[in-house]
Amino acid sequence: MAARKTRKQTIVDLAVLAPVDWVDERTGAVRGTKWFLFRNVPRDISWAQTLGFATLIAFVTQALTGAILAMYYKPASEIDPTTGKPLAYTSIEHITNDLTLGWLVRGMHRWGASVFVILLFMHMGRVFLFGAYKYPRELQWITGVLILALGMLMGFTGYLLPWDQTAYWATVVGINLNGTAPFAGPWLSQFLAGGPEIGSDTLAKWYALHMLLLPGALIALIGIHLYLVARLGITSPPWSREAAGRERPVRKPAGARAGLVRRGTEGK
Amino acid sequence: MSTNGPDTPHVPGPSLWPIGFAIGVACLLLGLVISWIVAAIGAVLAVVFGILWALDVTRDVRGDVPPIAPESRAAVAAQVPEVEGPEEPLPAYSRSRFLEASLIGLSAGMGAVLTLPVLGFMVLPSFTNVDEDEVDLGPIDNFPEGEYVIATYLSKPDQGEVSRRTAFVRNNGFSEAGEPSFTILYSRCVHLGCPVQPNGPIDEDAIKKVKDVELRPVLAQSFGCPCHGGQYNSEGNRTAGPPVRSLDRYAFSIRNGNLVLGDLFAVGNVSGTGANAAIARYPWSVPGTHVDGLEAWLYPIVPSQVTG
Repeated sequence: MAARKTRKQTIVDLAVLAPVDWVDERTGAVRGTKWFLFRNVPRDISWAQTLGFATLIAFVTQALTGAILAMYYKPASEIDPTTGKPLAYTSIEHITNDLTLGWLVRGMHRWGASVFVILLFMHMGRVFLFGAYKYPRELQWITGVLILALGMLMGFTGYLLPWDQTAYWATVVGINLNGTAPFAGPWLSQFLAGGPEIGSDTLAKWYALHMLLLPGALIALIGIHLYLVARLGITSPPWSREAAGRERPVRKPAGARAGLVRRGTEGK
Repeated sequence: MSTNGPDTPHVPGPSLWPIGFAIGVACLLLGLVISWIVAAIGAVLAVVFGILWALDVTRDVRGDVPPIAPESRAAVAAQVPEVEGPEEPLPAYSRSRFLEASLIGLSAGMGAVLTLPVLGFMVLPSFTNVDEDEVDLGPIDNFPEGEYVIATYLSKPDQGEVSRRTAFVRNNGFSEAGEPSFTILYSRCVHLGCPVQPNGPIDEDAIKKVKDVELRPVLAQSFGCPCHGGQYNSEGNRTAGPPVRSLDRYAFSIRNGNLVLGDLFAVGNVSGTGANAAIARYPWSVPGTHVDGLEAWLYPIVPSQVTG
C-alpha cells in the first residue's frame, strides 16, 4: 500500500523532480553529474588533494576576467593621435584608471596569472611527492604536463599585451631565446614575431594566441584531465595504513571535539 | 603486489640509481653555468648511473630465459570436434567496410581542403614578403670620416614607432681600391635582440634631420647592450658578454651622392679595421644564432636563406 503523499511532497515532485527527471531521461545529465561528483575518496586524504581544484578555480578566474578585459582592450600598436601613445597601452591605461572597477579586474587577471602558475607547480609537486602519477594515472600526468606548458605559454603571450617597455623588450628577448633552439629555432622565432622583427602584426597575433588558441587547447586538456580524475579516482597518500592493508590507528578525539563524541565510538 | 593477476601492473623493482642519474644531470646543468669541468663530471655521473639504472631496470628481461612449461592447449583443442562443412570465402571488402573507408577518406580530404589554407595563412605571412625597403640616409657629406653617426628611421612609416630601426654609420673614407667605404652596424644586439647603445656622448649640437631620418653624431668607438652586458668594439666584434657573433651589418650603395641602406647580413668576425676590414659575411639570421664555427651546424637553414 503506497503511502499518500503530502501536499508538500507533491509540489516538490512536480516543481523539481519532474523537470530534473525529464532532462535526465533525455541527456543523462543528472546521472553524469552524480558519476562525476559523488565519488568515494580514500578516508586519509588531506588538504593537499585540493590543490588541483584550486588550480582549476584559478584558471576559471583567469578565463572570466580575461573575457571581460577583452571587452575594453585594443590589440593595436598604432599611435593614438590624442594621447601620442600606442592604442594598446592607452586602452590598458583606460581600463586601469578610468573605467569603474577596471583596476580590480585587471589586477585579478595580472596577479591571478601568477597564482595559476604557482598552483600548477604546487599541484604537480603534490602529485609527484605522493606518487600519484603511477599506474594507472600516467596519462593524467602527461596531460598535466601539457597543461603546465600551455599555462606557461599563456603567461608568455599575455606579458606582451600591455605593450609597455617591459612587455616589449621582455618579449623581444623571449622570442629570440626561442630562436636559439637548434634547427627550428630561427623559424620559430620568425613565426612568433610575424617577420624578421616584431611588427604591428605581432601584438594582434599574440592576442589571438593568448585569448583564443591557447585557452581552447587548455580547456580541452583540462576536460581530459578531469575526466581521468573522475574515472580513476584519487589515490591514497603513500603513508596510508589502509591502502597497505593495516588497521587504522585508534585516535582519540581531542580539543574541541573531545566532548562531542559519544562514548563507545572512539576510533570508528 | 604479492598477487600477480591481470590487474597488477608489471613494474620494475625499486632502484637507487636514478638518484645518482639525477645528481649527474643537475651537476651537468650547473656546470654549463659555472665551469666545463663540473659539467664534464656531471656528464660522466649521468652516463654511468644511467647505464647502471638501465641495467637494473632490464635485469628481469635480460636474465636467463625461464623454462617454458610444455604446451597443454593441444590436448584441450583435440577434444573440440571440428566443424565440418564447405568453407565460404569471405568477401575481401564488404559493403560496410567500403562505406567506412570512403567516409574516413572523404572526411580527411575535406578536412585537408579546409585546414591547409588556414594553416598556411597562419604560418606563411611571417616568411613571405618580409623584405624591408631600402632607406635613403641623405648626402654622404653628413657622415664625417672616422666618426660614428646614429641614424634612426621608420622602416614602415604606416606601422609607426614599432618599425623604428637604428643603424650606426661610420664613413671610412676610401678603400685601397678607391671605393667609398662605410661601416654600418645594425643596433640589434646579436645576443637576444636588445637595442645596443654607443659607449659615449651624443654630440647634441650636430643633430640633423634629413627627411624622416634623424642623424646624431656620437663620440664613441664601442657599443654596449643594456640588457645582459654584451660589449662590441668599433668594428662590431664582441669584446665581452654573451653575444655569439659580431654585430649585424647593412649592405649599402651610394646613389646621387646619397647613402642608401640595403639588406642586412650577419657577420661572423671582422679582422682589420675600417676600409681594410675583412668581413666574414653570412646570410642574416635571428639574434643568438651562431653563423660560423661548429655551433653553426645547429642552424643549417635559416629563414633568410630561403625567403631571400
